[in-house]
Amino acid sequence: MEKLNKLTSHSLFLPLFALSILLFFNAVFVKDFFLIEMTDDGRLYGRLVDILNRSSSLIILSLGMTFVIATSGIDISVGSIIAISSAVCCTMLGGAGNGTAANPFIIAMGCAVLAGVLAGSWNGLLVSKFKIQPVVATLILMTAGRGIAQLLTEGQIITVYYKPFSYIGGTIPGSMLPTTIFIALAMVLLVYIVNKKTSVGLFIQSVGINPTASRFTGIKVNHVIFLVYAFSGFCAGVSGLIEGSLIRAADANNAGLNMEMDAILAVALGGTLLSGGKFNIGGSVIGAITIQTLTTTMYAFGVASDQLPVIKAIVVVILCLVQSEQFRVIWSNWKNKNKSIKNQTEHVPTVTHNLLQDKTVLEQQGGNKA
Amino acid sequence: MGNVSGANVLLAMNHIHKNFPGVKALNDVSFTLRAGEIHSLMGENGAGKSTLIKVLTGVYLLNSGNIQLEGQEILPRSTQEAQKAGISTVYQEVNLCTNLSVAENIFIGREPMKNGFIDWKQVNKRSQELLKSLNVDIDVTKTLDNYPVAIQQMIAIARAVDVSAKILILDEPTSSLDEQETQKLFTVIRKLKNEGLGIIFVSHFLEQIYELCDRVTILRNGELVGEYEVQKIPRVELISKMIGKDLADLKDFDKMTEKSKASAEVFLQANQISSIGKISNVDLNIHKGEVVGFAGLLGSGRTETAELLFGVNRIHAGSITVKGKEKNFKEPLDTMKEKIAFCPEDRKLQGIIGDLSVRENIILAMQAKQGMFGHISMKEQEEIVDKYIKLLKIKVSDREQLIKNLSGGNQQKAIIARWLATEPELLILDEPTRGIDIGTKNEIQKMVIDFAKEKMMSIVFISSEMDEMVRTCSKLIVMRDRKKVAEIEGENITSENVMKAIAGVEG
Repeated sequence: MEKLNKLTSHSLFLPLFALSILLFFNAVFVKDFFLIEMTDDGRLYGRLVDILNRSSSLIILSLGMTFVIATSGIDISVGSIIAISSAVCCTMLGGAGNGTAANPFIIAMGCAVLAGVLAGSWNGLLVSKFKIQPVVATLILMTAGRGIAQLLTEGQIITVYYKPFSYIGGTIPGSMLPTTIFIALAMVLLVYIVNKKTSVGLFIQSVGINPTASRFTGIKVNHVIFLVYAFSGFCAGVSGLIEGSLIRAADANNAGLNMEMDAILAVALGGTLLSGGKFNIGGSVIGAITIQTLTTTMYAFGVASDQLPVIKAIVVVILCLVQSEQFRVIWSNWKNKNKSIKNQTEHVPTVTHNLLQDKTVLEQQGGNKA
Repeated sequence: MGNVSGANVLLAMNHIHKNFPGVKALNDVSFTLRAGEIHSLMGENGAGKSTLIKVLTGVYLLNSGNIQLEGQEILPRSTQEAQKAGISTVYQEVNLCTNLSVAENIFIGREPMKNGFIDWKQVNKRSQELLKSLNVDIDVTKTLDNYPVAIQQMIAIARAVDVSAKILILDEPTSSLDEQETQKLFTVIRKLKNEGLGIIFVSHFLEQIYELCDRVTILRNGELVGEYEVQKIPRVELISKMIGKDLADLKDFDKMTEKSKASAEVFLQANQISSIGKISNVDLNIHKGEVVGFAGLLGSGRTETAELLFGVNRIHAGSITVKGKEKNFKEPLDTMKEKIAFCPEDRKLQGIIGDLSVRENIILAMQAKQGMFGHISMKEQEEIVDKYIKLLKIKVSDREQLIKNLSGGNQQKAIIARWLATEPELLILDEPTRGIDIGTKNEIQKMVIDFAKEKMMSIVFISSEMDEMVRTCSKLIVMRDRKKVAEIEGENITSENVMKAIAGVEG
């Protein structure tokens, strides 16, 4: 029992548990879900590879979002920053039909990411210096961002024929796995190392838990807040490259649409509380993969893409309830009431009752962790 | 006391008890208010003033005792009920809506109606008249933020009086007002007194109590000390009653440990420093190896001075020099670089980062000083943390325990450890012994003297407890009403002298 407690109180328990359930579901109901095959030119393919490929830009977004949320902020502009970033890259490469690029590829990529950083810095400035509420501050770019992207592309959907551009979202010739997986891996590693080797993480948590005490301890609270938004912008900039490359075009209206919500969901799923404080990078990554697995599973079951949000909503509700203190209180009261009724009517153990109890234990422990 | 019968008793609170888990906040406290008097409620932190007021205004429900208003027993269960009964409160921070007009603020929630709509003409007219009766002549249709705090304060009073006018409670109404504004407010208060209201006036400003009030009720540690006529009780006696030491008892107070002696070298010098609304024209010298105490009642400016020295707030006039060089402190990090450290007064809000571990909390100031990327390796962190856990005898299950799960005394030690780890030359301790057990209190006092003696560290020590200050400090800066009023050194540091200085009595 103690071992079980230790296991369930681990910070990654809930996100891994959710993911395992989904994978188990797939293993039973979806044919060849775990099958990975190799094409003739040496590339791996299968549903698992597909999930990782499709979830990488969400993973990258959720890295930045985790830090923002840890400072008890939120960034709802990342979807629009993706549109800006992909618009910058595509505009600089140009839509020449003969497959040439107007500017060197590396510069175009650099400028796209830089645009993301600038957009993030703008958010950071509003929140840290001018003390505008994070939701409002980032709402500005959320709505205006797509307009900026439209301006850059002059209202056109620029299709890029320059071949290397497609390698970002696709596969570099000779590689076994899609490039996106490597990009996401590199970003996760970067964050992991920064977290391990610097005190950035400590300062972010400190600011998120108690900004006043942090200031009294000499932490430059405003700098920390500015930095997390700038970094979130950087992450969105990188995701913008991936999203643009996947469709080989800059679509100002649809690139990264609603992705900010998925990113927030991934962070919440990963066990970082939206009220800020302690964060869990590993949890956010698993959260992002879980969301993509859910999407892929639903497609495998033939759920239409426009019904998908309903399923996601149900998952969100369940998760929020599991994390809610109030819900746990109500639940345990209800459980105790049942128990006392049962005790009154002598011992008539029923299967439902045991099930309920097990579930409560799980929820309580999952909640303790949260 | 108790059941005061007779002339125009408006309110009698008899034998009030109020317990919170583990604390007797009010223990058999009685309080009487007469019609047409201004009655001050005094006491240091935790004396029970606010609890008593909250019982009266229906925020807390009393455990036992009774409240009689004009001879009838009442038991307010909410502020609305209290207001209906005729008891209104104006708080320290004005709780009006700055984006509404003055008239709207006065009539919010009880607007006069006409044909189903709000009768704005009536609202504005009546507001204007109401304020005029208090000698305030302003445009009531402008939004509240057009007016200074003093006027806002008066508008709040006008509203309170108009809603229900038997008892008016003023909680620290003058704490953010300047001298002139205070006088204006006093005129209004006196006028209301003459109209027969009973007014309860809570303030830390001694001068104002003597200027304005008729009677004073003193509380200490949740118990009633007594009710006095203000003009008949000398200041020194008033203060000794608040602090709880009789002058005679204190005359020969023996000193526990030998104090540290200041060296000739000055570490920090402040020349005529002022900060608007906080302190004005304070001069002070802090020598190496000296324990300097900031004495004074709560709100006298002692914490504000300490915060200025640490760069929490900026000085608006005057200068601060460290080791002979003038410095311009913008934020705490600047002063930390000059080897100044500060344990703030409010441990929970300003000190601990509750959800972080003891290790992270201790290492935080040192890490902040080195910057985000000057990471201290885990091994080094553990060594430092273990060293201070041992040195200060902090009781923890292990260094990764969350600090919020420690007892108050151990949290305080961890915060002191946080600052010792930065190897400061000046350590400012604001109420380091508040709310912790006696044993730890003594430990901390002894530690303070040892640091000064052995490490030649300069220490600023602030405490509400007089004997603590007398025992530990080698120099005392006495503050009253946001000004420095005296400096007491060496042999002259006795409770008697300090109390006299706080009260502002010569000799």
